Amino acid sequence: MFPRPIQQSGTGAQWLYTIALPVALLLWLFPLLGVALTSLRPASDLAQGNYFGMPSGIAWENYVFIFTETPIGQYMVNSLWVTIPTVIGAVSLSLMTGFALAVYGFRANILVFFMFVAGNFVPFQILMVPVRDMTLQLGMYDTWYGLALFHIAFQTGFCTLFMRNFIKALPYELIEAARVEGVTEWRIFWYIVLPLMRPAIAALSVLVFTFIWNDFFWATVLTQGVDSQPITAGLSSLNGQWIAQWHLVSAGSILAALPPVAMFFLMQKHFIAGLTLGAVK
Amino acid sequence: MANATESITASAAQRSAVRWNQRSLAPWLFLAPGLFMFGLYVLWPIVQSVTLSFYDWDGLYGPNGEFKGTFVGMGNYAELMIDPAFETSLVNNFYWLALYLLALPIGLFIAIFLNQTVTGIRLYKSLFFFPFVISQVVVGLIFAWFYAPNFGLFYLLTEAITGKGVAVLADPDLVTFGIIAAGLWPQIAYVMILYLTGLNNVAPDQIEAARLDGAKGLKMLWYVVLPQLRPATFIAVIVTVIGALRSFDLVSIMTNGGPFGSSRVLSYYMYEKALGEYGFRMGYGAAIAVVLFAIMMIFISGFIWKMWRDETQR
Repeated sequence: MFPRPIQQSGTGAQWLYTIALPVALLLWLFPLLGVALTSLRPASDLAQGNYFGMPSGIAWENYVFIFTETPIGQYMVNSLWVTIPTVIGAVSLSLMTGFALAVYGFRANILVFFMFVAGNFVPFQILMVPVRDMTLQLGMYDTWYGLALFHIAFQTGFCTLFMRNFIKALPYELIEAARVEGVTEWRIFWYIVLPLMRPAIAALSVLVFTFIWNDFFWATVLTQGVDSQPITAGLSSLNGQWIAQWHLVSAGSILAALPPVAMFFLMQKHFIAGLTLGAVK
Repeated sequence: MANATESITASAAQRSAVRWNQRSLAPWLFLAPGLFMFGLYVLWPIVQSVTLSFYDWDGLYGPNGEFKGTFVGMGNYAELMIDPAFETSLVNNFYWLALYLLALPIGLFIAIFLNQTVTGIRLYKSLFFFPFVISQVVVGLIFAWFYAPNFGLFYLLTEAITGKGVAVLADPDLVTFGIIAAGLWPQIAYVMILYLTGLNNVAPDQIEAARLDGAKGLKMLWYVVLPQLRPATFIAVIVTVIGALRSFDLVSIMTNGGPFGSSRVLSYYMYEKALGEYGFRMGYGAAIAVVLFAIMMIFISGFIWKMWRDETQR
């Protein structure tokens, strides 16, 4: 193990480590803690210049206010309407593409695979004008499905890379054996590969959920009103209205951050497994 | 009788033909929906953007839906060469690229710091990863508040030290660095997780062997551990470079490219030209995007090249 386990060092070093851990964490998360605290700070504190001291009380009314006086609830619903179909769509499409690329040795295989991988890394801006134009032409501008369709297509790139590598790691003999028995290709996919893919599906679903929930660029380019804007874009437009009302900005930020954070804590193992795919050999 | 055998062999041949067809057709049937979507929304738009970059177009169509752009050849690119805003964006993009790579050593440092087995360390690791999970919009708002003039913590801190507060986001010389610092926060967290996973897989016998030979500390890190972390480093470089070049959210949230356009980056400038207030110069925007794409392609090709080597080796 590197570095040497702290238990093998002197008592002094061990003490130092025990103290350094929470201190480092506190410093690291300081900006976030500040925001969490501010989201519960009464407006009067801010008016008196008490931005960083102890709050004079806990103001849950900040949260009540943003739910009752602003469309933040609607923004969150919009986010779900974009995110959930995207997760389902991108995961299903990439299960199929990943299966095709992992199991069949056809000629264009590696070319198609690299195309998905490369496409996944392109800067969004090169897609912006044509995709926006197409969405407009199809009458899907400013709708949740217009946004979701784009996300499904784009996420398929990353998800294919993931699924293909995962399926490739499964024992190929299973598939060979099934073929000898005369099982059709579709049934091999459905009854043999798919059940083994559960951990991969879980990992990918949380990742895609987080990516899409946090997306800001496409939300700005493809939607504009309260009826369809996701929380990220909504928060940014509310920020313009709440000039210097940091207790409200903070409360909104905390709300926007909550679903992916909850997702991360529930599915931590899968989440990290998905992100670090390829980082260890 | 002869007839019956014939028909049996015929049907067997037919069946194997069906199976053969199935084996060669199946991959394309499985690929079709994904390829269609990816082609429609990713590949085709790249071609369209490149084409569009040779036109002057305001994004509007004629009454019968006909394209109303004017062909200007390399005109947009020629204009880019003398556009000071483009130069600022390009320079800023290189700052982003260079400074973002700081995420690697810092991420590695934190990973090494956390790579212990003490009680509660798992919770520590996941809490350290936190900044990556939240949206860049939220990160941008948090840091904007942190930098805010008169009451922001950073402002107060600089005031306490130097006697004069620094309003980072209002200072044309500092603003880009302020935004990069905000971007580094989640990026370091990401790199840290990559390295933590890598450290988990470092061969313990090699470490022990090196220890017996008297290696420790930095020497051990450099000669024994880092070589084993190469896959993690490679992925970390790729995601960091791409993160740096894609930077849009933070610039948009924290400054809108200001003050005086000094915090623009290519991705933001492109958006501004094509869809922003003074915008709807689609062809010009497309040309900026093509430049960004070309820069990115250098790194993507490197990545693909390494994957190609790995794939053909096996």
